Amino acid sequence: MTALPVEPANLAGTGTDVGSAPPARPKGGAGDVRKGGWFPRIAVLVVVVLWVIPTLGVLVTSFRPEELADSTGWWTAFGHVFDGGQWTLQNYRDALDAGGFQNAFLNSLAVAVPATIIPITIAAFAAYAFSWMDFRGRYVMFVGVVGLMVVPLQMALIPILRLYTRGASIGGWTLFPDFDLSGSYLGVWLAHTAFGLPLAVYLLRNYIGSLPSEIIESARMDGADHFTIFWRLVVPLSVPALAAFAIFQFLWVWNDLLIAYIFLGGTRDTRVLTIALANLVGSRGENWHLLTSAAFISMALPLAVFFALQRYFVRGLTAGAVKG
Amino acid sequence: MTAIDEPAAEPEQAPTAPGPAPAPAPRRGLPPALRAAGVVAVLAAAVALLWLTFGFLRDADANRFVLVGVAITVGAAGVFFLYWAMNWAVDALPERFREGVRPYVFVGPAMVILAVFLVYPVINTILISLGDAQGEGFVGLDNYRFVFTDSSMLRAIRNTAGWIIIVPLVGVSVGLAFAALTDRLRRGEAVAKSLIFLPMAISFVGAAVVWRLVYSFRPEGFGTNIGLLNGIKSGLGMSPTPWLQQDPWNNLLLMVIMIWMQTGFAMVVLSAAIKSVPDEIIEAARIDGASEFQVFRRIVVPSIAPTIAVVTTYMIINAMKVFDIVFVIGDPRTNKTEVIAERMIQWFFISNNDGRGGAIAVVLFLAIIPVMVWNVRRFREQEVVR
Repeated sequence: MTALPVEPANLAGTGTDVGSAPPARPKGGAGDVRKGGWFPRIAVLVVVVLWVIPTLGVLVTSFRPEELADSTGWWTAFGHVFDGGQWTLQNYRDALDAGGFQNAFLNSLAVAVPATIIPITIAAFAAYAFSWMDFRGRYVMFVGVVGLMVVPLQMALIPILRLYTRGASIGGWTLFPDFDLSGSYLGVWLAHTAFGLPLAVYLLRNYIGSLPSEIIESARMDGADHFTIFWRLVVPLSVPALAAFAIFQFLWVWNDLLIAYIFLGGTRDTRVLTIALANLVGSRGENWHLLTSAAFISMALPLAVFFALQRYFVRGLTAGAVKG
Repeated sequence: MTAIDEPAAEPEQAPTAPGPAPAPAPRRGLPPALRAAGVVAVLAAAVALLWLTFGFLRDADANRFVLVGVAITVGAAGVFFLYWAMNWAVDALPERFREGVRPYVFVGPAMVILAVFLVYPVINTILISLGDAQGEGFVGLDNYRFVFTDSSMLRAIRNTAGWIIIVPLVGVSVGLAFAALTDRLRRGEAVAKSLIFLPMAISFVGAAVVWRLVYSFRPEGFGTNIGLLNGIKSGLGMSPTPWLQQDPWNNLLLMVIMIWMQTGFAMVVLSAAIKSVPDEIIEAARIDGASEFQVFRRIVVPSIAPTIAVVTTYMIINAMKVFDIVFVIGDPRTNKTEVIAERMIQWFFISNNDGRGGAIAVVLFLAIIPVMVWNVRRFREQEVVR
C-alpha cells in the first residue's frame, strides 16, 4: 500500500465521478470555442473502440454455440445476428453447473461480504478512538498504522501461512496456536482485514476526525457514552466515507486472486470465482465457450456495482487507489 | 443493524446504554463479584458460539446456500457483536477504570490484527529470507545471491523494470490525452469515460481471459484462428503468429493488459484535475494568442503536475507488484515473461522454497520504499504550498 496521494476530502467530496460534469464550471455552451471540432471526436471514438473490442469479443463468444465458437472468429457472428442457431445460453448453464461456477460465486460472496464489513467495522472503531478519545500512545499507534501502508502483501504471505498451518511458538511457549485456519473462510477474512486495515484506518480517521467537534461535545454533555456516540452519531454521519471504502474493499476482495489462492486454495468446494476461472485457463485445451461465459459470470457483480454505484465507486477507487 | 438514519444521539439514553439493543442483564445493584462472573460467562458463551459456527463452516456436506448465508451473517454480525460485548464488559468494570480502558477496547482489535498479520510477518519474512528452503537452517545471504544471479530472476528483474516504466508512461499519457480530448466533446463525455473506465472494475484474471482471446493462436492446419489479432492476419493472407511466445515482445503484450485496465483510472483522476484548472488563466492565455496545444502544454499540464505525479506513483507501485496477469496467462518461465512478484509465489508456494520466496519478497519491499518516500515527501510539499 502506498501513502495517501489522494486527498482524504475527496472521499466524501466532489469532483471525481466518471461522467458528471463539474458543477462549479458550466463551460458546455455552444459558443465555447474549445468545444466540438472533428479531431477530438474521432480520436475519442478510436480509443473507445479499441478499448471496447476485447470485451465485446468475450461477450459475443460467450453466447455462441461451442462448435461455432471454436471454429469461427466471434466477429463472424455479426453476419448472422438474427439467425437463432448462432446464439445460445447453454455455455452459461454449463459453466454454472458442470463448471462449478455457481458454487464459486457463492464462495466469492461468502469471502467478500465479511471481508468488507469486518475491516470497516474494526477501522471505524479505531478511527473514532484516534479522533475523539484520549489515551496514551494514540499518536504513536496512528503513525504506526500509516507506516504499515508501505508493506506489500507479498511480505506477509509466508509468515501468515505458517501461522495458519503450524502456529507460532518461542521455545515451548505457544504464541499463536495452530487453529488450522488455512482453507477456511475465517483465515481469508482475517488476511483481507489485515491488508485493508491501514488504509481504512487512515481514510476513516481523516473523515471522522473532521466531523465538527461541537456535535460530539454536546452529545457527551447530554450523557451519551462513547459507544452510543459512535454508533448513533458518528457512523450515520460517516456513511459517504464508509460506503466509498466499502465498495473499494468489496471489489478488491472479489477480484483478488493471490490471497484466495494462498489461503483458501483451489479445491472445488472452497474456491472462489477468480481461482475457478484461473484454473479453467490453466487446464489445457481451449474451451473458449466455457471460458468466456465463466469470465462474464465473474465480472457480473463488479460490473453491476460499477453501473449502479458509479459515483461512490469512483470515490472509493480514487481514495483507495493505493492499496497493496 | 439499526440506527443508520437516526440523526443524533438520543438525550434520554442512560449514560451506560450499550447501543442499539439494551443489554439484557441488569447491571446496577449486583455485587461486583457476581457482575464479573456474569461478564465472563457471557463472553465465554459468545466465543463458544462463534467457535461452533466456524466448525459448521468447515462442514463440506452442508447445503452451500445455508453455509454461505451463515458465513456472511457470522462474519458481518460477529465483528459488531464482539465490540458490543467488549464495551459491555468495560461497563461492568469499576467506575474509575472504565474510561481509561475503553479507548484500548476501541483500537485494540485493529492493533492486534496489524501486529499479528503485518508487523510480525515483516520481521519473520526477513528472518525466513536468511534461512533455507524449509526455514530450518541459516544460510546467510545465499538466497539474495540467488535473486541477483539466477538467470530467470534476472529476467524477472529486467521485465519488472520494463513494467514500471512502460505501464505508467503509456497509461498516464493516454489517460491524460483522453481526459483532455473528452473535455472538448459537446456530447458523450460521460459515456466515453465510462467505457474506458470499465475494465477497472473487473479482476486481473478476467482481464487475462479477455486478452488471451485477443492473442489466441493456432498453428496453420490446426483450425481457424479465432483470436482477433491472428484473425486479422489471416484475413490479410498472412500466417498466424504465436503472440505470447514472441520473447521479448510478449512482455509488451502483457503490459497492454494492465494499461488497458488502469488507463481509465488515470483518465478519471486527471480529468477531475483538468476541470479544476481556473478558466481565467486559460482564457488569458488564449487572448494572448496561445494555440490550444500551447494552452494544454504550458498551462494545463503544469497546473495538474501534482496529480500526474500521484497517478504515476500509484501505477508504478501497481506495476511493481503485478502478479495475476503474468501468472494466469501462463508459462512465464518458458515464455520468458517472469516478473518479481510472480517469481515470489513460484518459489514460495509452488516450489516450496520459503527462503528464496522470502528473499524475493524482501527485495520487492525494499524496491517499493524509495517510491513511497518520494511520494510522501511530495505530498508534504504540497501541504506546505497550500
